[in-house]
Amino acid sequence: MSREGDELGVSTVEDLRPVPVMLGGVRGGPDARTLRRDRWWGSPLVTAGFLSAFIVYSTWAVFQNSDYFVGASAHRDLISPFYSPCLTYSCGLAGGSGRGWLFIAWWTISPGILVLGGPLGFRLTCYYYRKAYYRSFWQSPPACAVADGHGSYSGETRFPLILQNIHRYFFFIALIFNVILTIDAVMAFRLPGDGGIGVSLGTVVLVINATLLWLYSASCHACRHMCGGNVKQFSKHPVRHRVWKFLTPLNARHMQFAWASLTFVAVADIYVRLVASGAFHDPKIF
Amino acid sequence: MPDYESHDFDVIVIGAGGAGLRAAIEAQERGLRTALVCKSLLGKAHTVMAEGGAAAAMGNVWPEDNWKVHFRDTMRGGKMLNNWRMAQLHAQEAPDRIYELERWGALFDRTADGRILQRDFGGHRYARLAHVGDRTGLELIRTLQQRAVAVGIEVFMECKVLRLLKDSEGRVSAAVGYWRPSGEFVIFTAKAFVLATGSIGKSWQYTSNSWESTGDGHAMAAWAGADMIDMEFVQFHPTGMVWPLSVRGILVTEGVRGDGGVLRNSEGKRFMFDYIPPMFAAETADTEEEGDRWYDDHTNNRRPPELLPRDEVARSINSEVKGGRGSPHGGVFLDIASRRSAEYIRRRLPSMYHQFKELAGVDITAVPMEVGPTCHYAMGGIRVEADTEASTVPGLFAAGECSGGMHGANRLGGNSLSDLLVFGRRAGIAASDFAEGRTGAPAVADGEIAAVFAEATAPLERSDGESPYDIQRDLQETMQRLVGIIRTESELTEALVELDKLEERCKVLSVSGPRTYNPGWNLATDLPAMLTVSRLTTKGAIVRRESRGGHTRDDYPLPDPELGTVNLVQRVTTDGQYTLDPEPLPQMPAELRTLFEEDAH
Amino acid sequence: MADVTMTVWRGDPSGGAFTDYVMPAVEGEVVLDVLHRIQAGPAPDLACRWNCKAGKCGSCSAEINGRPALMCMTRVDELPVGEPIVVAPMRTFPIIRDLVTDVSFNYTMARQVPPLAPRAPDAPDGTYRMMQIDVERGQEFRKCIECFMCQDVCHVIRDHEENKTQYAGPRMFIRFMELESHPLDTNDRRELLRQKMGLGMCNITKCCTEVCPEHIKITDNAIIPLKERVVDSAYDPVAWLGRKILRRTKRSAAEADADAPAKTHPTSADGPTPTPTAGIAASS
Repeated sequence: MSREGDELGVSTVEDLRPVPVMLGGVRGGPDARTLRRDRWWGSPLVTAGFLSAFIVYSTWAVFQNSDYFVGASAHRDLISPFYSPCLTYSCGLAGGSGRGWLFIAWWTISPGILVLGGPLGFRLTCYYYRKAYYRSFWQSPPACAVADGHGSYSGETRFPLILQNIHRYFFFIALIFNVILTIDAVMAFRLPGDGGIGVSLGTVVLVINATLLWLYSASCHACRHMCGGNVKQFSKHPVRHRVWKFLTPLNARHMQFAWASLTFVAVADIYVRLVASGAFHDPKIF
Repeated sequence: MPDYESHDFDVIVIGAGGAGLRAAIEAQERGLRTALVCKSLLGKAHTVMAEGGAAAAMGNVWPEDNWKVHFRDTMRGGKMLNNWRMAQLHAQEAPDRIYELERWGALFDRTADGRILQRDFGGHRYARLAHVGDRTGLELIRTLQQRAVAVGIEVFMECKVLRLLKDSEGRVSAAVGYWRPSGEFVIFTAKAFVLATGSIGKSWQYTSNSWESTGDGHAMAAWAGADMIDMEFVQFHPTGMVWPLSVRGILVTEGVRGDGGVLRNSEGKRFMFDYIPPMFAAETADTEEEGDRWYDDHTNNRRPPELLPRDEVARSINSEVKGGRGSPHGGVFLDIASRRSAEYIRRRLPSMYHQFKELAGVDITAVPMEVGPTCHYAMGGIRVEADTEASTVPGLFAAGECSGGMHGANRLGGNSLSDLLVFGRRAGIAASDFAEGRTGAPAVADGEIAAVFAEATAPLERSDGESPYDIQRDLQETMQRLVGIIRTESELTEALVELDKLEERCKVLSVSGPRTYNPGWNLATDLPAMLTVSRLTTKGAIVRRESRGGHTRDDYPLPDPELGTVNLVQRVTTDGQYTLDPEPLPQMPAELRTLFEEDAH
Repeated sequence: MADVTMTVWRGDPSGGAFTDYVMPAVEGEVVLDVLHRIQAGPAPDLACRWNCKAGKCGSCSAEINGRPALMCMTRVDELPVGEPIVVAPMRTFPIIRDLVTDVSFNYTMARQVPPLAPRAPDAPDGTYRMMQIDVERGQEFRKCIECFMCQDVCHVIRDHEENKTQYAGPRMFIRFMELESHPLDTNDRRELLRQKMGLGMCNITKCCTEVCPEHIKITDNAIIPLKERVVDSAYDPVAWLGRKILRRTKRSAAEADADAPAKTHPTSADGPTPTPTAGIAASS
């Protein structure tokens, strides 16, 4: 019984005999891809469409390298979620006043690229998005009881898909981003110049965006597991049980939060872009 | 003779419901080579249908409860016709059997201090039923199934046993059957056999039982010469679904009435107030107002008549329907919608809500249900020795519903699941003892085996004969019409004539198709057992000229004290004749009798 | 009422085809009722498996109009009117005849699950104390009626036969989760799940959850929590550090596997095995 693997933190695969299942029996039913007659292809098609649209838009937006920041002097302190936290001088230049974050002077391409990895990794390894893109892009399977059409299948047991297991680290990174975007939303309450407090449509957009991101993160499966799901006997851990009980209904809506927050990140970016480019004046609400 | 496969074990258990699994586990843990043979897949036996719970006097909710109270409740529920020793063992051992399930992984609902929660049920003085929501049977069978897998019992699934064969000394030595998937014959030889084949309800048209409940074990034991007792006692549950026709008979739990549901006829009248028997008048409300107050205040009010014993309610529904005051589909209305909030109904009766929603398209939170009596449980069965479950045939043991005596004339809800566990285990122990003490390899004559094969395959070789489906339908109609919930001498006699005719038709059965998974042929091989148990029930019902528990005679509406002291013992002789003899009940010792005298004041 | 056309797959390992049966429609019927009428009429040898006819035993699983469903719980009037009802056997398992398949794969896999290893009793009388909140999570998984439709619909084995020797399937995953979250259990099956039971093969596309007649949240409440437990045991350096500091060990896959009934108490269903009977779980 070697425990060497545990010494390294990653277990070795032991030589276990496969389960003695008789393979290759004749199957019943016709050799058709599916017998379904409903529009099973509708859902993966819509998913693929939305995800593609988001990818196209976000790529375009990240490489724009302009109109992502509305400085306090202009009107409000608004920043696109694609570019926050802004790590280069460009934010300061774009908005005029500077944000006081770590500035990397020599970086001249879009600062959006620097911060892309965190949220992208979180969403790529998310248990919901995995279902969405495995079904819609990989067609593995496209819908229930529809053949996936692949010659062989190893699931998430090999590189690179075995990396899906690091979802929980991206969850922690996502939490950092949530904090930053929450600060962005709070900053959006500042009035120009003298630093008074007020609310504009831009403030509302960033607040909703931050809220949805928190809901998306809080409903994460890894979060639910770490907060209480890994407990065997809940009665011995009443606080963790309470947290788990609170997170469970959120977790059931993880898909809805995933779509809502994704959509709103784009909405927020579009809004900031419109205001920053001067195409639209951010209306003050009070 | 056709080819066959053969297996030899120490103990063979036939039937993989609760009792069979529990018996097999016991034998296997003793180190005996044990096999379980069942007609369906493992884990599909009728035990999964049980909803309410398993009665055991653990005293987790009412510390006052103990085995003596449970024993007394059981005996009174069975109209004192129970085998007292079985009722005593059952009451004494049920708690241990429940705790054992917990060690094996069962997750029962809990009390606030972390013990097993117990619920109230009809006829039980204290809240006594260990349960898991309304799916206790599933929990029980899954726990036992997983335990059986863990201890490595050999399971022969989808294998129907046709006959038990004896050696020259009269000991049961072999079970002859066939594989349903392949249709190939198989013979199991063993030193001891345990029958745990469940019910006989499929001989009736409207039943809560599954297709498996064809009384195979009852019939095989009878054919092997075992004594059968009290076969006339068949429990009709008062509330089964009546519409759509396809789901007629599916159970509607007693909990609906316990939670406030009332029975009404087509005139909207709560007719149960017209049917309160004098025996229960003192403890039953005589106005709707008092009945309604009882739900909140048990002490100052009497219980509503809807909660009378199952046999009383079933009879009352029956006479309302006969009197032309039934619901459109031949039942009566069970109304909880007008009495409880939709939220309450969904919370307390989730599976009933879904059952009606999905199968009948009826929202029970909005409209009343249509219900009527449905064949539910056989109290009678193979006569067994109380401590060992040994039948009167050496080497043959029986446990669970196919054995008789434990429940007397009427079974209390919740006692069947604990019955399976207590007597399943005891049968396993006794069968193991018998197997260890038996000398010589079990042997049976080739000629007998060949005869069983020939009888089974005969319908396949015949063409233009009777269809097994037709015979089954006619049998079910006959039993429903003539040996149903209310019986009279003339109808019972007519039933015997009908059964004779059906038996004749059975001799010219023919089925088409191959032997592999052929449901027509499978049914043809079930029919002899169905006919035998129907005959036993009918014959017993004719001789028991009284009304008691699950047996109601229109022509003898009262209990007869004389008949209350005897079991009706039936036997099938080697030449196929049926004999019936009343035999006195086992006598309860004085110290147990005092339990009832104290109570009688 | 109009007639109902049932297009039923009839056949056996040597082949088969769809056969149409036109039956008069009867109000309130489920698909299984129509099949029973076909048996009692035009096709007495039509093979289908069924028991309780009330959605409680999970015997009558089939594929109705291409989707796995219980025949006893699928009402004819809920299916598209005027179209034939196509009934085919479960695709993932070898055919026996007509609508009956050989589901022994599932029983073989059940023998690979190391059973409950309960802790010592809490009370001198041998009983345990568990709170309702401790048992609720496991009770969801114990609602399973073993219809095996989740196993049938799972593309890991539906579309890739060769994976059957190394994939327990959704039904067994909820069994594993029930045990791993069982308040009394002391075993650790995580490495077994990762290395032998094919938990990593699941790509959480949730078809098992979609077809579950008991509405068990198989993916969200069992498979993903198991995947997270495997992350704890195999892919999380923080958890590894925690184990080092607290001097906890985890059980290796081989150790857990040795507790499976197929190893401790092999039967003829487990095939030839080099390890003799150990006889531990039997004594309690």
